Amino acid sequence: MSNIATIQEADVHGAHETHHEHHHHETFISKYVFSQDHKMIARQFLITGMIWAIIGGLFSVLFRLQLGYPNSTFPWLEDLLGQWAKGGKLQPEFYYALVTMHGTILVFFVLTAGLSGTFANFLIPLQIGARDMASPMLNMLSYWFFFLASIIMFSSLFVQTGPASGGWTIYPPLSALGDASSGSKIGMDLWLVSMAMFIVSSLLGGLNYISTILNMRTKGMSMTRLPLTIWALFFTAVLGVLSFPVLLSGAILLLFDRNLGTSFFLSDIVVNGKILPNEGGSAILFQHLFWFLGHPEVYIILLPAMGMSSEILSVNSRKPIFGYMAMVGSLFAIAILAFLVWAHHMFVTGLNPLLGAFFVLLTLLIAVPSAIKVFNWLTTLWRANIRFTPAMLFAIGFVSFFISGGLTGIFLGNSALDIHLHDTYFVVAHFHIVMGVASFMGMFAGVYHWFPKMYGRFLNNTLAYIHFWITIVGAYLIFWPMHYEGLAGMPRRYYDFSMWESFKMFTGLNEFISFVSMIVFAAQLLFVFNFFYSIFKGRKVTTQNPWGANTLEWTTPIRPGHGNWPGEIPEVHRGAYDYGKDGREFIPQTEPVGEHESHH
Amino acid sequence: MSTVVMEQRKRIHPHKFTLWVGVASIVMMFAGLTSAYIVKRNQANWVTFDLPVMFWYSTVVIVISSFTLYLSNKAFRQREMAKYRGLVVATLLLGIIFVIMQVVGFNLLWLKGITLTKNVSFSFLYVILGLHALHVIGGVVALVVLFAKAFSSKVRNYNIVPLEVISTYWHFVDALWIYLLIFLLLIR
Repeated sequence: MSNIATIQEADVHGAHETHHEHHHHETFISKYVFSQDHKMIARQFLITGMIWAIIGGLFSVLFRLQLGYPNSTFPWLEDLLGQWAKGGKLQPEFYYALVTMHGTILVFFVLTAGLSGTFANFLIPLQIGARDMASPMLNMLSYWFFFLASIIMFSSLFVQTGPASGGWTIYPPLSALGDASSGSKIGMDLWLVSMAMFIVSSLLGGLNYISTILNMRTKGMSMTRLPLTIWALFFTAVLGVLSFPVLLSGAILLLFDRNLGTSFFLSDIVVNGKILPNEGGSAILFQHLFWFLGHPEVYIILLPAMGMSSEILSVNSRKPIFGYMAMVGSLFAIAILAFLVWAHHMFVTGLNPLLGAFFVLLTLLIAVPSAIKVFNWLTTLWRANIRFTPAMLFAIGFVSFFISGGLTGIFLGNSALDIHLHDTYFVVAHFHIVMGVASFMGMFAGVYHWFPKMYGRFLNNTLAYIHFWITIVGAYLIFWPMHYEGLAGMPRRYYDFSMWESFKMFTGLNEFISFVSMIVFAAQLLFVFNFFYSIFKGRKVTTQNPWGANTLEWTTPIRPGHGNWPGEIPEVHRGAYDYGKDGREFIPQTEPVGEHESHH
Repeated sequence: MSTVVMEQRKRIHPHKFTLWVGVASIVMMFAGLTSAYIVKRNQANWVTFDLPVMFWYSTVVIVISSFTLYLSNKAFRQREMAKYRGLVVATLLLGIIFVIMQVVGFNLLWLKGITLTKNVSFSFLYVILGLHALHVIGGVVALVVLFAKAFSSKVRNYNIVPLEVISTYWHFVDALWIYLLIFLLLIR
């Protein structure tokens, strides 16, 4: 037996050593295309995610044109979209397709793959002290499955009948019956195939993140010394690995209903005056399967932003993060509760009110760990010597949006109120602020903070500040008024509100929202320009640790090669948050604890 | 660097751990399907029916295959490579026989009029057991790779990790089958 144990050890060890040696004979293809280097895969995820963000953002501008100016025509729209904007006016079918694709792209392709894919890949090995992921091969496959999913989803935009248009939640029967609408035809099939690829991608990624964090930490890096980014990415991966398979099972049943004539989700349906033979299915069943993924998905999007903001807030406050263990505990609590609240999306489906009450209670319980996190962020900032770097501003922006959006979550979590607010703009405002804008704030914070590590150059600060102020002010101007529209009963998903007398009072407000959304979109293009310009022309990083941070990624060379550390992996002696201790600005994790050092 | 090796001795091999996380993920997919089954069963139009005897035979086959794979692990550890190769081939064949028996079982059901689209309870059976069979086929493919490795004379490879990873997966799909069979017998 001892013999075998040695072989296993050698293999664990060998996994490191082989990568270390590989980078001498890399070709263009193995370095930039089919790379197994976690840092390159991270950049691939980021840039693919950015392309998707531009497409998804542009879609929102297009449908905001319709919502803000329902009675105007834009001849250039017809040049751009052809039959979908006949006479310069967005067709209703295509409006729904745009809304659906906007949701799908932003939720899955940008804020799941673009966010977790980028930062889990980039930061996990660098911050825990590993040469690469547990399985670099699976990691590469994870990106290429995402790429394949992207190609399929992108091609669905160009089919004759248009892309999927039943909403990003693809509820049956719209999604199950090809005849239900033009967006239920081939576009829907492509959506499902693309999402199956996407699920494979995120599962392969998630498996890798979890086993890397648990098994590949350097000497001395105990779990309680992990930076909060890693904790957040860990819980994100756990949520993904346990919830995406349930969506997959729902999607498989849906594929059977669509193509093989089963009736899992269909019963007693009449299409064009013809009664369908499907019997015994339940559309609500799909909602259960969908939201069992769908709610954890919200946290899959939010947790990485929380983790990165915690790290960036502490580094730039030059103070330890307040309540490290409470931060980890609250992440854990949120991860558990994420699985127990899915039916709060279904209060109006005829759910048993008693059952609804349980889901109300569990939903409101999330406020507790969320409040713990908010107070800890605020106390980290309290009386700190804050450096207002662009990353820091975005991290503070994250906290701001998490509070504003989280509070309206308490409104919606109450079933009695939700029955009134369900499917109104109040919900649109809530989830855009808490998971859309807040997560984007965290993602931008991460990009501004780790860009020097990714490309060895800084982003332009002036452009960054313009980007930040337009984004934070603009996002509030867009989404804050939507709360009022929602309270007044304005429903989601409608194509043209000017047809109702009761919503005519919002004509000016809708126009204003649409106008601001265009400005905010333009500001994001400024960021994209800054990003690509700085890769080639940005100010060069000249020191190993430009932010004066404690974590391990700043002990690597300025542009680390495959294997991350040229010599041995450094040993860790302390937690990641020894800032302002014993009169010293920061103490890196690699520094041994001194004899006379004080304890926090 | 020897300290790093010491540090990692107690830990499970990352590939094995990755597989366990993957197993948890597959469990969640079947949990999703079987809970959907339970929800549907309590609604109208549910039809109960008997499973074909063939599924009992296939159970015996897959349990034996787990046993032969266990023995092949033992043989590998003791460096009895001829015995190891024989047992891997036996497991592989038993896996293929299992899949064939499942297909025959499906065919018997179909002939009795229990078809995919006739009733939602029939549909569930085909989808759940079909997905399980796909997972077994995945295991068969992995065994073929292992089989090719076992007969490759170029490298004398005594690394047990791939064998252990595939074995764990194989025992898992075996246990999953037994769970599904009991589930379908008890909840109908």
